[in-house]
Amino acid sequence: MFAVDTLLEKLGLAAVLIVLMKVVVVFVVGLVVTMFMVWFERKVISGMQNRIGPNKAGPFGLLQTLADGIKLFFKEDLLPDRADRFVFRLAPFLAFVPAFLVWSIIPLGGDFTNGKDGVVKLFGHSTFVQLADPPIGVLLLLALSSIAVYGIMLAGWSSGSKYPLLGSVRASAQMVSYEAALGLSIAAVLLVAGTLSTHGIVGVQSSLGKWHVIATGVVPFIIFLMAATAELNRPPFDLVEAEQELVGGFNTEYSSLRFALFFLAEFMNTVTMSGVIVTLFFGGPQPLRFDIGAVHFNGDLHLGFLNGTVWFIAKVLVFLYVYVWFRATLPRLRYDQLMNLGWKVLIPASLGWFMLLAAQRVAADNEWNKWAVSFVSIAVLLLCGGLLTAAIRVSAKNREREGAMF
Amino acid sequence: MQLFVFICAAVMILIGAVGVIVRSHPVHAALSLILTLFGVAVLFVAQDAHFLAAVQVIVYAGAIVVLFLFVIMLLGVDKAESLRIDPVKVQRPLAAIVGIGLAGLLAAAIVQGRDTLARRGTGIDTADGGVHDSNIRQLANDLFSNHVFAFEITSVLLVIAVVGTVLLARRPRHSGASHTEAGTDTKASVK
Repeated sequence: MFAVDTLLEKLGLAAVLIVLMKVVVVFVVGLVVTMFMVWFERKVISGMQNRIGPNKAGPFGLLQTLADGIKLFFKEDLLPDRADRFVFRLAPFLAFVPAFLVWSIIPLGGDFTNGKDGVVKLFGHSTFVQLADPPIGVLLLLALSSIAVYGIMLAGWSSGSKYPLLGSVRASAQMVSYEAALGLSIAAVLLVAGTLSTHGIVGVQSSLGKWHVIATGVVPFIIFLMAATAELNRPPFDLVEAEQELVGGFNTEYSSLRFALFFLAEFMNTVTMSGVIVTLFFGGPQPLRFDIGAVHFNGDLHLGFLNGTVWFIAKVLVFLYVYVWFRATLPRLRYDQLMNLGWKVLIPASLGWFMLLAAQRVAADNEWNKWAVSFVSIAVLLLCGGLLTAAIRVSAKNREREGAMF
Repeated sequence: MQLFVFICAAVMILIGAVGVIVRSHPVHAALSLILTLFGVAVLFVAQDAHFLAAVQVIVYAGAIVVLFLFVIMLLGVDKAESLRIDPVKVQRPLAAIVGIGLAGLLAAAIVQGRDTLARRGTGIDTADGGVHDSNIRQLANDLFSNHVFAFEITSVLLVIAVVGTVLLARRPRHSGASHTEAGTDTKASVK
């Protein structure tokens, strides 16, 4: 019934204990990683801005986040007079819980070499190095990110104050619009992988050429990266908390632990989203393996069962760095630019690319000429793209003539 | 186990459904609706219809109720309404009659169909079949092969609805002097 773990098919005390242990380990690892992510971000950004950054608490300022957390813990917990009490208390959890749940579907390690399935032996039971492998797999990510919208939306609304409300309306509009592009680029991956389960998706990407970033032709990856950044409300899409316009965005009225939960959720989401990118496009815990001419590399670091985990961490670190890099270098988009990018560029582009991949699949199934199919489908897509830009231009012109509508 | 899950989900659904009606605050009512939708998703999972559960959460909880909340927040009706005032006088007695009638119909249908309800549906056992993706495969087969025409017609219907909404939301271009005034006003404020 609950086919989330191979273990749970025959329930026993040991199986339950192992699953419980995995839950605790994944939870703790998630928290600790988030803590270091905050430190990492501050340190890298200060490096890029010629500052030193946190350096007082602990070696290299490593314990700075802990100190901040303790400070937040002892602050007064304010409840604004005009707040909606129940929703105000509920909202931080709606933001925080999805962040953690996404973490549970990411394969964190395991041996995928030589066609092995990533199964590890734990006290005589075989299991995956991932908390859950639900049949809906990646769809869980979409479902949870749609729940995370509520956290932000309700936080802004329930504060009973105008800046948070503005921030949250912006945020939810942004997250709902970019979710479509996110979903469509995931669909491209699913089309190539042929399965929904994250474990299966990792299993398919056995060598560099089969990594979905290459197998789906880079475009879905770029769209996913942009849409994910918008979904995370991170710079350059951080209109939610544009300090210059909105004080602090949806979380202005929050203090103490409730604020800490939002903060934690935000950084946790960054880490999990990097994990999702690695899982979907870069083979997750699969080692980098390629044979180009005479160069063979099988990615075995001679670390035994830790091999997959080390590869996974290395890949995730790259994307964490990329996110910090975005924040340090890119200016924030204006609101209409954000919406234009989401609706008029990313969604049509991801849909078009998805159609292209689907056409390739059909051609492969029916043994049609691959090149002819590619040529025809690209021509059709270009035609559609031309029509779309023409339509957008006409509507822009009309709007200019009629005057602003709102 | 199945019974336990069913009872939990049913309690969730009922609490949510009652909340939608009883809570006087629109936002709380919308939140109760989400609780109901989640309960239904849990029931889907319990029946091995994982994909339906995911779609339920993504589409209904993730998009439609968000839209509800948007409208509630943007229109500024997010204040608790007094239940004392009744704008249309007949509405409440009429609602009571319709409610009782519906309850009676449901009860009659359940009593009539006792035997059918007790039997387990034929498709349920094969819904998952132990394979991870069989759910989505079966659904896709049904939607895109057997009922592809109905599916396409539905999407055309949706497009028509969108076009209609845009048409309704647009102001007619030559609706008199008041329009041009408003137009220049907004133009000025935009600039």
